[in-house]
Amino acid sequence: MTGGIRFDRVSVAYEGTTVLDALDLAVEPGEVMALLGPSGSGKTTALRAVAGFVRPAAGRVFIGDRDVTDLPPYRRGIGMVVQQYALFPHMRVEDNVAFGLKAQKVPRGDIRGRVAEALEMTGMAAFARRHPRELSGGQQQRVAIARALAVRPGVLLLDEPLSALDAQLRSGMLAELARLHRELPDVSVLYVTHDQIEALTLADRIAVMDRARLRDVGTPRQLYRAPRTEFTASFVGNANLLPVTVGADGVVFAGTELKVPTGGAARGATATLCVRPHLVGLGAGPNALTGSVAEVQWRGATHRLYVDVGGHRVKADLRELQRPPALGDEITVHFAPEDAVLLSAGVAAEDTAPVTAGEAAPVTAGKTAPVAEGVTRDG
Amino acid sequence: MLVHSRKGKWATWAVFFVLFLPLFALPLLVVLAASFATNWSSAFPSGFTTGHYTAATRGESLQALTTSLVTALTASLIALVVGTWAALAGHALKKRGKRLLDALFMLPVAVPSVVVGLAILVAFSKPPMLLNGTRWIVVLAHAVLVTAFAHQSVSAAVVRLDPAYEQAAASLGARPSYVLWRVRLPLLLPSLTAAAGLCFALSMGELSATMMLYPPDWTPLPVQIYAATDRGALFTGSALAVVLMTATVLVLFAVSRIRTKASYR
Ligand SMILES: Nc1ncnc2c1ncn2[C@@H]1O[C@H](COP(=O)(O)OP(=O)(O)O)[C@@H](O)[C@H]1O
Ligand SMILES: [Mg+2]
Repeated sequence: MTGGIRFDRVSVAYEGTTVLDALDLAVEPGEVMALLGPSGSGKTTALRAVAGFVRPAAGRVFIGDRDVTDLPPYRRGIGMVVQQYALFPHMRVEDNVAFGLKAQKVPRGDIRGRVAEALEMTGMAAFARRHPRELSGGQQQRVAIARALAVRPGVLLLDEPLSALDAQLRSGMLAELARLHRELPDVSVLYVTHDQIEALTLADRIAVMDRARLRDVGTPRQLYRAPRTEFTASFVGNANLLPVTVGADGVVFAGTELKVPTGGAARGATATLCVRPHLVGLGAGPNALTGSVAEVQWRGATHRLYVDVGGHRVKADLRELQRPPALGDEITVHFAPEDAVLLSAGVAAEDTAPVTAGEAAPVTAGKTAPVAEGVTRDG
Repeated sequence: MLVHSRKGKWATWAVFFVLFLPLFALPLLVVLAASFATNWSSAFPSGFTTGHYTAATRGESLQALTTSLVTALTASLIALVVGTWAALAGHALKKRGKRLLDALFMLPVAVPSVVVGLAILVAFSKPPMLLNGTRWIVVLAHAVLVTAFAHQSVSAAVVRLDPAYEQAAASLGARPSYVLWRVRLPLLLPSLTAAAGLCFALSMGELSATMMLYPPDWTPLPVQIYAATDRGALFTGSALAVVLMTATVLVLFAVSRIRTKASYR
């Protein structure tokens, strides 16, 4: 079975409320696509549309070359792992893993081998005779993955699979998932998460969702280095979103001229400048901004300073300071011109993005976030 | 009940003894005493014999016990199958259809069982559905009377069943019938056995509808007890009652053993 998932203008509504609005997205065979967005943005709904547990009100869903929109879930050839794992409590681990094979009438002789193989791959071979209740959360999750992989699906759907684990286990499992995908390079993975770290770590491409809509698609690098919208900038990593006016050879922020690439934006237009807090340096330099310290947070390895510049808060993440400034101190921070991105979505109605939103499913200008949303987020 | 203060605890115990002992325990103890007694002229029975039990566990009485057991087991099985099927079907229905189905199944509970007995007698006394005079009319009446309880308790469990399990099963390629047998019913097993126990106990004690329907060769134990006390044989009746209680409790105990095994997962 060839992998790949394609959403073709898929809309889903619950009792008249649209929770997924004309989603256009393609996951290539063998690709890991993260569906990233805040809670309630419609990620799970999109995944359930692929699995067949919700019927789109409009649009088609394709798995490989097959239009599966009208197929029941059991005929779609998917593997799925959900947040609460849903291991069958009345079956041993090996029977859980064998379930899909028996249901699909795989010859008896092959089942043992494939169960062993799946458990081996997830490191759970030693637990085959246990019941799910005798396993820890992390082990249950491995079994859930083994169970989904045993049927050799063309596409694997993962819905926040790590969110029930503690932070330590989570980073270990992230590495495991990456390894599993290297071992199964043909499987397409749709990975739903609200955690940017998981998306950045694991995904070949990230689709950013907000309020039922796709906002952006791109490689983690593209979305992080050159976000197109305020929403993407703030949701994928932290961001200073500074309201600026485009000038002759840069922009003007709070009365200060800043040298940044404007990408051909029209003079006099108002726009938003995105600067990552960890790329802001202390002291004089190019694009210096002076203001008073409004807040200091010590975060172990870093200090987070909030600096009031002309009535706007600028965040700076600095390597742990020997002598951090006091509240109200007058300080100067700066950033390199190439570290700032003028958000294109705010500049013009046309799609003058420095980054196109991914080759397979370009996002049209109509679907980008409204300019005036004023997203401010902090991680 | 969570009662924390010492006074509150005392009050709870006092209420328990005042209500429970005279209302529930004492009558049963008197029946137990009467079943061994030779004489009952004062407030409590006196004397001691096991003779009533010798009579209560042979011949006609033994026949009545097996009749009751067979009736109750068959009726519970029918009730469980029909009730479970209706509960699962109702779960798949839309709101209105579900409410209609629920109401339909509650009907035999709302209607007095004498009326149910009469209705069944009238309905099944003419060909082509001539069941009157056979044991099947008793089994049928019991099944009709207890199905409501099976339906109710299985319905409640079906609603509580996490859809994530059946969805996981479906995503693995299992068709709905396979999911039903391998996932949903096994997960419902604790509630199914609870429902079976309830149906069995109710059927073992059923008298009013049975009285209207039973043929001479199919006399359940409650009818036998009634007949004994009616002709003044109180001691024999008590012994039969104790046999009925014991048999019911033993079966319920066996069922609850299956239940603990099923829920220990
Ligand atoms: N079964 C349902 N019935 C009604 N509304 C639902 C249902 N499932 C989800 N929703 C709503 O749809 C929206 C999107 O939900 P979901 O796709 O689960 O979001 P996410 O996974 O991104 O957190 C939410 O506002 C949620 O309340
Ligand atoms: Mg979700």
